Amino acid sequence: MDINDIIRPENKVYSKPELLDEVHMHYCPGCSHGVIHKLLAEVIAEMGLTDKTVGISPVGCAVFAYNYIDVDWVEAAHGRAPAVATAISRLWPDDVVFTYQGDGDMSAIGTAESIHAANRGENIVMVFVNNAIYGMTGGQMAPTTLVGQKTATTPYGRRIDLNGHPLEITNLMAILDGTCYVTRQSVHTPGNVRKTKAALKKAFENALAKKGTSVVEIVSTCNSGWKMSPEKANEWMVEHMFEKYPLGDLKDVK
Amino acid sequence: MKEEVRLMKGNEAIAHAAIRYGADGYFGYPITPQSEVLETLEELMPWETTGMVVLQAESEVAAINMVYGGAASGKAVMTSSSSPGVSLKQEGISYIAAASLPALILNVMRGGPGLGTIQPSQADYFQATKGGGHGDYHLIVLAPSTVQEMVDFVGLGFDLAFKYRNPAMILADGIVGQMMEKVVLPEQRPRRTEEEIRKQCPWAADGRKDGRKRNVITSLELESSRMEVINHELQARYREIEKNETRWEEIDVEGADYLIVAFGSIARICAKAKEMAAEKGIKVGIIRPITLWPFPTEAVNRAAQGKKGILCVELNAGQMIEDVRLAVHDAMPVEHFGRLGGIIPSPDEVVKALEEKLVK
Repeated sequence: MDINDIIRPENKVYSKPELLDEVHMHYCPGCSHGVIHKLLAEVIAEMGLTDKTVGISPVGCAVFAYNYIDVDWVEAAHGRAPAVATAISRLWPDDVVFTYQGDGDMSAIGTAESIHAANRGENIVMVFVNNAIYGMTGGQMAPTTLVGQKTATTPYGRRIDLNGHPLEITNLMAILDGTCYVTRQSVHTPGNVRKTKAALKKAFENALAKKGTSVVEIVSTCNSGWKMSPEKANEWMVEHMFEKYPLGDLKDVK
Repeated sequence: MKEEVRLMKGNEAIAHAAIRYGADGYFGYPITPQSEVLETLEELMPWETTGMVVLQAESEVAAINMVYGGAASGKAVMTSSSSPGVSLKQEGISYIAAASLPALILNVMRGGPGLGTIQPSQADYFQATKGGGHGDYHLIVLAPSTVQEMVDFVGLGFDLAFKYRNPAMILADGIVGQMMEKVVLPEQRPRRTEEEIRKQCPWAADGRKDGRKRNVITSLELESSRMEVINHELQARYREIEKNETRWEEIDVEGADYLIVAFGSIARICAKAKEMAAEKGIKVGIIRPITLWPFPTEAVNRAAQGKKGILCVELNAGQMIEDVRLAVHDAMPVEHFGRLGGIIPSPDEVVKALEEKLVK
């Protein structure tokens, strides 16, 4: 059979989401960001929100998210995405505003903005990519770095006596009255990718329905920072990360 | 609301002026001596009338980033604070300037450094006019000397900010923030409709309406050759602002032997000192810079011609004096008189300084 007999519209099983741009991403091969971007692009288009979505990109690896997903974007200073989102959401109440934040952005430098936006119950979606390391700056410790995990600034492994405990910021978010939906997902298997997509969809629906703040944590890999192959990084995440950051809904207000 | 004559504090007047201008949002955090701005807005509840958003943020840092977000979406938004709080806002102000966004920032200056004092000061002149945050940028800096100017500069500040897509700052001192004066509040202007905002700000990130191409507000450019072009574009805008928007007031400069340069409420103390000096036969003229950036360099140079000396009177240890010296190329003695730490000089102190430093 000739290859051209196979490449036919009726045989198509998958296509790139229309909102995902035809550009090379700067992410490392194996990184979770690409899959998460794809899911956001799908959810926004499928929900018909292209003309009312504003994304807030962070400082960190996802700083260039605005080059990949074809919606309006504002690039925030490190940690300040929830404050930026707060204003746009309040000033354009018909729009849906989401932040895309890493573990440094959400749980270190931006803790105050993240907690307070959630506590006010801003009608926004907070996408939190937790890969337990600072990818963009070259693999330094994050607040979510596991005890014993080696990074550029914990070269002998994270020590509680020196560096304190891994911060479960999402658990903190779940106890705030302003949040309506707090969940922890991952994208390392097709099944988990589907669950994460459903979680993102629910979060965007909550924002449209003005139910309050939705937080979708996505436990992710950073194979470059972790110095592992993509496959090995997924294994390591399942073995070590899920114990500290178990998957599932932490809160879902009906 | 029609035009109205009222007696009120400078800080309260700012709140009324913001609503009447048709501002879309205010984001602030309490700090003395300017908390009446937020308090007055919360009391007036403009969200019930004009639809203006008012929010007490969790910090000055959050407040300026809310302003960044609001401005990025094309809305007319502002914040206010006092010196230590304005230091906290500097990162956000740099981002707003870098992203070419219109916004209004009020600093009701108090004495520093550090936590300092809650009494009036003008010690943030360098911070306001020379950058403040990181990188090469300028704010349009307006210095009010009356409560009426507090009102007028809200409108002027927003208008200039949108005209040039550049943040503007009202650099007030604690005196003009706290004192009560008669003030004419302008007639209520309607807030812009969403259609008007999209027409005025086609760059705004407010959702890709009508299927337009996406708008991205960012200050990031890793390609150095491109970043240099962006910087040159900013600098070209600053030259344009210098050319068009320099403002100042002159009082009896012609025929005077000495020149006083002072801004804000201190210029009014100097006006009294000028009268007292005249009784002693000392002829003094005054230049009051209204825009501190762009500084009225040519006006000061012109006014200084033929003068025996210049006295810069400031509530700081000598900041604006550097711009005055640059303006006159040290062609005559340029002296400074200032009180620090929240002390306000009396007019006779100014006369005495003039006599001791210049007349001799």
